[in-house]
Amino acid sequence: MTLASTIQQLCFLVLAAVVVVGALGVVLLPNIVYSAFLLGGVFLGVAGLYLLLNASFVAAAQILVYVGAVNVLILFAIMLVNKKENLAAIPGLLLRRLLSGGVCAGLFVLLLRVAFTTHWALPGPLPVGEEATIRIGEHLFSDYLLPFELASVLLLMAMIGAIVLARRDVYSSDVITGEPVDQGLIEKTRTPLLIDPSATSAAGAQPLLETTP
Amino acid sequence: METTTLVSSGLDLQASFVDTLQGLGLSPGAARLLWLPLPMVTVLVAAVVGVLVNVWLERKISAAVQQRIGPEYAGPLGVLQPMADGLKLVFKEDIIPARADGLLFTLGPVLVLVPVILSWLVVPFGQNLLISNVGVGIFLWISLSSIQPIGLLMSGYSSNNKYSLLGGLRAAAQSISYEIPLALAVLAIVMMSNSLSTVDIVNQQNGAGILSWNIWRQPVGFVIFWICALAECERLPFDLPEAEEELVAGYQTEYSGMKFALFYLGSYINLVLSALMVSVLYLGGWGFPVPVEWLAGWLGQSVDAPVVQVITATTGIVMTVLKAYLLVFFAILLRWTVPRVRIDQLLDLGWKFLLPIALVNLLVTAALKLAFPMAFGG
Repeated sequence: MTLASTIQQLCFLVLAAVVVVGALGVVLLPNIVYSAFLLGGVFLGVAGLYLLLNASFVAAAQILVYVGAVNVLILFAIMLVNKKENLAAIPGLLLRRLLSGGVCAGLFVLLLRVAFTTHWALPGPLPVGEEATIRIGEHLFSDYLLPFELASVLLLMAMIGAIVLARRDVYSSDVITGEPVDQGLIEKTRTPLLIDPSATSAAGAQPLLETTP
Repeated sequence: METTTLVSSGLDLQASFVDTLQGLGLSPGAARLLWLPLPMVTVLVAAVVGVLVNVWLERKISAAVQQRIGPEYAGPLGVLQPMADGLKLVFKEDIIPARADGLLFTLGPVLVLVPVILSWLVVPFGQNLLISNVGVGIFLWISLSSIQPIGLLMSGYSSNNKYSLLGGLRAAAQSISYEIPLALAVLAIVMMSNSLSTVDIVNQQNGAGILSWNIWRQPVGFVIFWICALAECERLPFDLPEAEEELVAGYQTEYSGMKFALFYLGSYINLVLSALMVSVLYLGGWGFPVPVEWLAGWLGQSVDAPVVQVITATTGIVMTVLKAYLLVFFAILLRWTVPRVRIDQLLDLGWKFLLPIALVNLLVTAALKLAFPMAFGG
């Protein structure tokens, strides 16, 4: 075994251990903040595995999207809604845990069987290395155009939904100047969302997007 | 572009080093293994020395702006002052606040510093003078810099202090908001260079010296990138995460000693790195205002002659560092010229102004590339 392949094996073992242990930690740790940080570690480990497979563009995209965006948003959500409260005891917790553990173990056995019975040495095109970026771009704009566009429509829907949810409570007039504000986009005829500032006390219902001075 | 063919291969230190060691009877693999740590250590040392220079410049220029003298007694012109600062931080007591999360508190500053240092992987000082010419180059820098907010959130959360938490949240929000216009500005450059690699981006700019630098073709992108880079480095006018009259010191409030020094080091390395990236993307990287190939031609020298190669490489390093420190100088001047923005103004500027402008810039660049493929790297 040459030096290069030894180091590759070592890297794979370390990364695989990071991913497996990290993922177990995400599921099993009681502290949700630790879980979120460990999730970031798992994403980084997966990016490392991509790097080991010569897919550097996918690895960088994995870090940018999953660590830089998804995980940071999860952390944001946790830290903004960080109420330390004891959850109500759930009846039959042990039974529930045993059941979900059994389901997970069954799935694991199934995956193991698939992993061991499949003939993995699939004949494929030669690895392209650094050319992969160009190849991915070509695919995205030719045969994968429809899934790509559908994904963007899905993201757009999610974004509009987030805006509507975030701006549930809005005043019909500007709080400071008193001028009427056009919120026709989210106004519905049957369930009026606009609050008349004279009707409600102004203290409780600040718009969500307004930051503290 | 056809200009890339003009560029000579330049000084290849790795090949020479490996050849020399093989001449001494080592196997090629062992020679390469001995070479590997050298550029890494060199760049790490260069980054740290760069920070020391930066701190000294910051003190001296700030003093000059405010009509003071600045550090004077530590060495000639106070050049040893940053060393004194660093030593002081090393000897300070390492305090972990009561009921803070010790593990995350320690891990936070490390997570802030490591991605910044890793990004030096792709900073080119010459045709072959970089640690690794990875194909994804500039994209690697963008994705690595997106790890930083996690470290900031971690240290803000684990400090058990409301100012720290607010500072961490602000830092992460700012970082995410300004990442997008920054990436779009970089994308316009990548579109013109047909490559993500930093070396290719510089080569594409060095056809006609100063005239072919990207700043003339991407003036809007340059301004967007510079604003976003300042915001990513949390420099004034965007230093809200550590705004002292509001948040004491933001996420660094509870830190002292070496852990504080890691933040300090990280922010200054990041500033130098951003300045280097601006010079790589917009100011022709290692390129001399007049192409070195032309100069060599006028002087009747071959570009491939060893002496010329050494001179070319040296000018390359000097030019890169010079451009970067010119930008650092502007960043320090900006610090004392522009007042700090409010957090809502900051987010408005990022999302409602820079993002649309960056999108328009990208579209215009694409249109110009289709219309004038000669000038915009078709």
